[in-house]
Amino acid sequence: MTKNILSPEEIVKSFKDEFKTKITDSRIEKHIRGLKKTEFFHIWIRTDRSIIKDIVKHLIKLEKYPHFAVSSGYDIGEKIDIVYHFSIYYGLKGKEININITVDLPKTDPTIDTITDLIPGALISEQEKQEMLGIKVNNIPKDSRVFISEDYPEDTYPWRKDEKGPGKTIRNLHEVKK
Amino acid sequence: MNSKSANKITYQIPVGPIHPALKEPVQFEFEIEGERIIDVDVSVGHVHRSVEWAGTRRNPIQILYLAERICGICSYCHPMAFSLATERAAEIDVPERAQYIRVIHQELERICSHVLWAGVAAHEIGFDSVLFLTWQIREKALDLTEYLTGNRVTKGITMIGGVRRDITKDMYPKIMEVMKYFKDNFEKIRKIFLDDKTFKLRTQGCGILTKEDALKLCACGPTTRASGVKKDVRVDQPYFAFGDLDFDYITPDILTGEVNGDVYDRIIVRLLEVKGSIDLIEQCLDKMPSGDIVSEEKIAKILSILKKVNGEGIGRMEAPRGEVFHYVKYNGNESPHHWKVRAPTYNNILPWIPMLKGNQIADIPIVAASTDPCMSCTNRVAIIDNGKKYQLDKQKLYELSVEKTRRLMK
Repeated sequence: MTKNILSPEEIVKSFKDEFKTKITDSRIEKHIRGLKKTEFFHIWIRTDRSIIKDIVKHLIKLEKYPHFAVSSGYDIGEKIDIVYHFSIYYGLKGKEININITVDLPKTDPTIDTITDLIPGALISEQEKQEMLGIKVNNIPKDSRVFISEDYPEDTYPWRKDEKGPGKTIRNLHEVKK
Repeated sequence: MNSKSANKITYQIPVGPIHPALKEPVQFEFEIEGERIIDVDVSVGHVHRSVEWAGTRRNPIQILYLAERICGICSYCHPMAFSLATERAAEIDVPERAQYIRVIHQELERICSHVLWAGVAAHEIGFDSVLFLTWQIREKALDLTEYLTGNRVTKGITMIGGVRRDITKDMYPKIMEVMKYFKDNFEKIRKIFLDDKTFKLRTQGCGILTKEDALKLCACGPTTRASGVKKDVRVDQPYFAFGDLDFDYITPDILTGEVNGDVYDRIIVRLLEVKGSIDLIEQCLDKMPSGDIVSEEKIAKILSILKKVNGEGIGRMEAPRGEVFHYVKYNGNESPHHWKVRAPTYNNILPWIPMLKGNQIADIPIVAASTDPCMSCTNRVAIIDNGKKYQLDKQKLYELSVEKTRRLMK
């Protein structure tokens, strides 16, 4: 386990030094809890989708096995945002830091590289984003649906808020391919 | 049927989506050679209820009650993790007293869940008397939950910015009485699970998850700690009042001096965690400061604040089964723009694969149950043997597991 612990500011700086202008936004949230005023931090970084793998490789330099909790994703009009939630420095009492990496994918080409070759535990999360948001994860090792049944209509995605969203399908699921 | 070579014939055995060892449907495709499992594929989603989608059509207070219904056992952790995410997005401070009360409820839920699990695990290998003993103890935990929250299952105690009910001094004797009852019975349970020869034969060296696999597959909770990974949100990132309390990572080597990552180790971790939870509740009663229990009492006012929020936040908690993770994004509307819920089993599905490989068919129930999966239970297994499909019902699979226990007892 990594012993060289960086502060949240140093972590953000290390990302900016490594990826320069590809890091488009960053912020550090400080949280204080309890009578002893225990502190912990959440880091939020927005970056370009082309470097998602390099970002994960950089995280691996900070922590050999960064913990990948899950990825979230939502539709924001012309784009789809995907947020990868990682944490590092677990196992060191009170030192764990959450790092949330946001990338946006244009709806005209909603593709992103898989990170499962670096973090195998990300598979179900990537499958979920494909079926819920209609993105394409390049080189995903298992390209099948995970939560949605096989008879759910093609090219309709539950979390989309545009014409590809569920619309009225949600009320008429009994009519779908039965 | 697969034929790998002239001598080695393998069979495909689908287990589930409905299965007695699981609390919710999940499907395994086993590749079997003789009695031994050589490969496994897992598929989930048979009971996806679109809770996140439904949440984006409700206001945050309504979501608290929707989140309670994600899981009947973690009915405190989900609304609380949502509440944490919302408080961070809206920068709402929680009074210190409420943070202590939140710890008490969380640890009580952990005791309920782990004791319930202990009973299920005993049942899976044919010790039904232990199932009744553990569930008798759990009944006391449920009675206490009812005393503190007014409810036994969906507790309705969570509020954004605090909790809905106080724990006053006159309630302490009842809480202490139940804690004493747990402590008095702990030794009995410990002896059955950790010293009984047959329990050891069925659980030691069975369903092993190595530390490396646990780390690579991002396992969480007792499942990963039993493999020696020091990972517990309560210690890693002390939310609520955990920073004020004396508490450490619980791994099996505390008791045995070694980590094997098998079913036995997962039992050790859960048992020690029950003891840890009792201690945490007592510490909270001892140290709880006076003050408010919620930052804003008027729900209409909370909703009007949240309507104006433009931001995002994450809520993480150490639920009984591992890290519960909620992400919420608000964009100035009555309902959140996006809400992502990740229950611990989501991350503990992939670790099933290395755990089950190399084990026997009779071990499936106990290995699958050893991660305490948050899925439900019914009773059918279909076996396709040499092209002929037949059903192995709940009774038959359970009998196979019990038979193995009896065999070992001889």
